[in-house]
Amino acid sequence: MTAGCGLRPRPHRVVGRRRLAGDVVSLELEPLEGEPLAFRAGQFNMLTAFGVGEVAISISSAPGEGSTLHHTVRDVGAVSHALTASRVGSLVGVRGAFGTDWGVDALEAEDVVVVAGGIGLAPLRGAIEQLVSSRTRRRRREGAPEAPHPGEHHPPREAREHHSTQPRPPHLHLSVLVGARRPDQLIFEDDLERWREAGAEVEVTVDLATPGWEGGVGVVTALVPRITACEPDRSVAFVCGPELMMRFSARALLDWGMDPERIFVSLERNMQCGCGICGHCQLGPLLLCRDGPVVRYDRTVASLLQERER
Amino acid sequence: MPTTIAALVAAHPLFAGLPADTAELVAGCSHNVAFDAGELLFAEGGPADTLYLLRRGRVELELSSPGAGTLVVATLEANDVVGWSWLFPPYRWHFDARAVQPVGAIAVDGACLRAKADAEPAFGYELVKRLTAVILDRLQSTRLALLDIYSKGETS
Repeated sequence: MTAGCGLRPRPHRVVGRRRLAGDVVSLELEPLEGEPLAFRAGQFNMLTAFGVGEVAISISSAPGEGSTLHHTVRDVGAVSHALTASRVGSLVGVRGAFGTDWGVDALEAEDVVVVAGGIGLAPLRGAIEQLVSSRTRRRRREGAPEAPHPGEHHPPREAREHHSTQPRPPHLHLSVLVGARRPDQLIFEDDLERWREAGAEVEVTVDLATPGWEGGVGVVTALVPRITACEPDRSVAFVCGPELMMRFSARALLDWGMDPERIFVSLERNMQCGCGICGHCQLGPLLLCRDGPVVRYDRTVASLLQERER
Repeated sequence: MPTTIAALVAAHPLFAGLPADTAELVAGCSHNVAFDAGELLFAEGGPADTLYLLRRGRVELELSSPGAGTLVVATLEANDVVGWSWLFPPYRWHFDARAVQPVGAIAVDGACLRAKADAEPAFGYELVKRLTAVILDRLQSTRLALLDIYSKGETS
């Protein structure tokens, strides 16, 4: 639910602060008064570092996860630096929630493939939490085991093809593909493990392995053809990360056999008003604070992502 | 589940969709192999004589350097191909390939495959096209890794 276009930030207290990676901090925010802000997974808020400025930051908690909001901020500029330096007990302004969401509530029987690059996992975290919870609830209702036996939950592709005539339970399949430059830049590692234990297919890869890293090495796009939990013709894909990563991930998903109408990406420009008035976040025909951040990877968006900036 | 070597060859993505007699041709050069975790499939500088079609497990391509330790270049998994240096002179491996999990694979003798490709140019051309697609994928992945695609965009 979009909270109109109020330009006055609501003061929130920082009640939790956790460093997730070198320059990435997760803030837990609680409203000073009134109801917690309503939102859907994928939307963003405008966060104010008082005396410094305002910046658009995606919400990384799931709707209904608690009475607090989680925002994951990377220290890349003056405002984000001030936000990441916020101490527990300090005040931060919040306006929102703004923009479009991943549409998790509208999913019916689709499998979901999530592709995240770097801090791009943050805007996806809430959607993944919702999907994992819904999967667990459905399995409980149907009397299925809480989670498949380790190593058995994703049979080899040839085994699945052999049984492809048997109906599969709907909306139970989730693949989460995560890429980062180096292992120390991975975020939400405990969540990744928890989602894996809940039965999701979770694959993690880094470009540059460091000593002790036991996971995959390679770019995240290389994980797409290795997906075993989902089928391209019955899945939707949520992709978030830097635009180059999203562009190449979308291509990998198309090559895998997905329809472009089933691929969604999260785009960001210079969001300022948050409700499509000021025009700072225009990208071609889109005002991303209103028409985005989550947009379908159709022909327009595909060509916009390849346009040279003028 | 395929059981014969020819069926296993035909089930691997590298040879998927090829006529049965072509799979038999490749199977004539092939046998099943298994590696324990930690075992080397091949070592840098050694004679490149085998194409591995991975069926299960994970393999790391590594490069060891004094002072820098072991650098992992890429990890490869089921349905991937390990090794193409057997196709090009001087037939030497450029990296170590180490099993990091128990690995099952089809090992295809490189010299045998080259001889069959020379004898049957249509098969040879198809083989080279398919291997080139794998090489192209790896090249594109390497380019993306060089671009550092995860670090761009934020300024606020």
